[in-house]
Amino acid sequence: MAKKSKRGTLVETAVLAPLDWVDERTAAVRGTKWFLFRNVPRDISWAQTLGSATLTAFIVQTLTGVILAMYYEPSSSINPTTGKPVAYSSIEAITNDLTLGWLVRGMHRWGASVFIILLFLHMGRVFLFGAYKYPRELTWITGVFILVTGMLLGFTGYLLPWDQTAYWATVVGINLNGTAPFLGPWLAQFLATGPEIGSETLAKWYSLHMLVLPGAIIGLIGVHIYLVTRLGVVSPPWSGERAGRERAEAAPTGARAGLVRGGTSGGGK
Amino acid sequence: MSDASHDNPHAPGPSLWPIGFAIGVACLLLGLVLSWIIAAIGAVLAVVFGLLWARDVTREVRGEVPEIEPETRAVADEAAAPAGPPAAAPLPTYTRSRFLEASTLGISAAIGAVVTLPVLGFMVLPSFTNLEEQEADLGPLENFPEGKYVIASYFALPGGGEVSRRTVFVRYNGLVENPANQGRQEPSFTILYSRCVHLGCPVQPNGPIDEAAKKNVNGVELRPVLAQSFGCPCHGGLYDAEGNRRAGPPVRSMDRAEYSIKHGRLILGPVYAVGNVSGTGANAMISRYPWSTPGTHVDGIEAWLYPIVPTQVTG
Repeated sequence: MAKKSKRGTLVETAVLAPLDWVDERTAAVRGTKWFLFRNVPRDISWAQTLGSATLTAFIVQTLTGVILAMYYEPSSSINPTTGKPVAYSSIEAITNDLTLGWLVRGMHRWGASVFIILLFLHMGRVFLFGAYKYPRELTWITGVFILVTGMLLGFTGYLLPWDQTAYWATVVGINLNGTAPFLGPWLAQFLATGPEIGSETLAKWYSLHMLVLPGAIIGLIGVHIYLVTRLGVVSPPWSGERAGRERAEAAPTGARAGLVRGGTSGGGK
Repeated sequence: MSDASHDNPHAPGPSLWPIGFAIGVACLLLGLVLSWIIAAIGAVLAVVFGLLWARDVTREVRGEVPEIEPETRAVADEAAAPAGPPAAAPLPTYTRSRFLEASTLGISAAIGAVVTLPVLGFMVLPSFTNLEEQEADLGPLENFPEGKYVIASYFALPGGGEVSRRTVFVRYNGLVENPANQGRQEPSFTILYSRCVHLGCPVQPNGPIDEAAKKNVNGVELRPVLAQSFGCPCHGGLYDAEGNRRAGPPVRSMDRAEYSIKHGRLILGPVYAVGNVSGTGANAMISRYPWSTPGTHVDGIEAWLYPIVPTQVTG
């Protein structure tokens, strides 16, 4: 390498030395490089960003959901001052009284639809591009579980405002489950916590909506993204490039250049 | 990349197991309609023969030499087996590390089960146990005019709060002779449960409610209504005055509630499913079935074709 200027050496000591220190102990820099600095086919397009868009929508749901949980009260008992159920009163307070509550609740409420729509668009892209084929079958299968878990999140979240729409839509949803052969009636009774929706139902669905299902979907998304990183992005079906072709390793440029000392530490491969 | 051997597939040898598997599947499907026992036998047959078949087919892939299978023994058996006569050949070694591995896994599984099972039980069982519904007292009989429906809304669980509020449509049909009780004159009621038998939405009476005559008897709200039909706002189900389906997606007649009369008061009993009602009022012939989930047929060919089965989950 060319002889370094004094300034270059200073920058290296100030910025890169701590990074190296961390990397030596955790492999975090190598891991980040492995995760982010991947070769992708030359002819990918905006269509391949739908997965990231879905992930972004999910992150928005997580953040807004965590904050909404600070103000929402999952209780079906009647608030003596308002004469309305506590849960509905807390939703009213979030929407009408608390500063910016309307915005965060709106983000969560509409973001739920955005998340589901993006899930389907992403799934359609993967299907039409044949990106579910070998060796990416497990990525598709984990994606199916993410889809199911995402829809369960939508189903359980819909009850939480505890208004007439929420209540009767959930009655219909529970009874739909009840018509499934054999296990249906038991599933319905489990969901309603008894033969009909009762006082325990709301708390149970709140727990499912903000603890059980998010835990499951975060785990699934982790596996899904690991597989995407490991297996790479697929070329579109009309691609003229030969699959599996080795590409000449270009010297890192731009933002990539300075992150890790040139030539010293290899990538995650 | 591609293995040349994959391009030369060859059929597995002849096997009788698929026939057993097919019989098992057929038994299972028949059992879905006929009885649980046949279905269970079919399932067992299908699983057993399916496994044998899979074992047969994959023999080559697993590199197992057919016919001359060497005897193998599970690790656990080795430890439990009584000490036999010393074998001439060197015994398969059972190392300390394998013992530790097995015991670590076993103890972890036991600890995991002890912790997990009660937790899972607590998650699931409260939905199915200790669910006595109280009999609701709808108040004195005088509140129910003859030949008119009254919307009665009551609490199914005292102390259950608004969320346990249920609604029935009660019509007094006048006094009729009861042949079972030496022909004594007894009051007859038609009591329709308000939940739609399509998917459980709240059915509404199609007629004006007499709000002026509204009464509140011990928390039970009674509102007379002029209605000869009932409609469901969710998906357009329509029922006539006897609760028979007239239009829309419901698959049977409206559920009805049993009733009894104690000290001149109308007491609601359990809800039951109704296939069809012919006749009206006190002379109605009701084809009665155990309560079933909304959306499920209780009679006709559909009840056979679609095996929902459990008429009522434990209560």
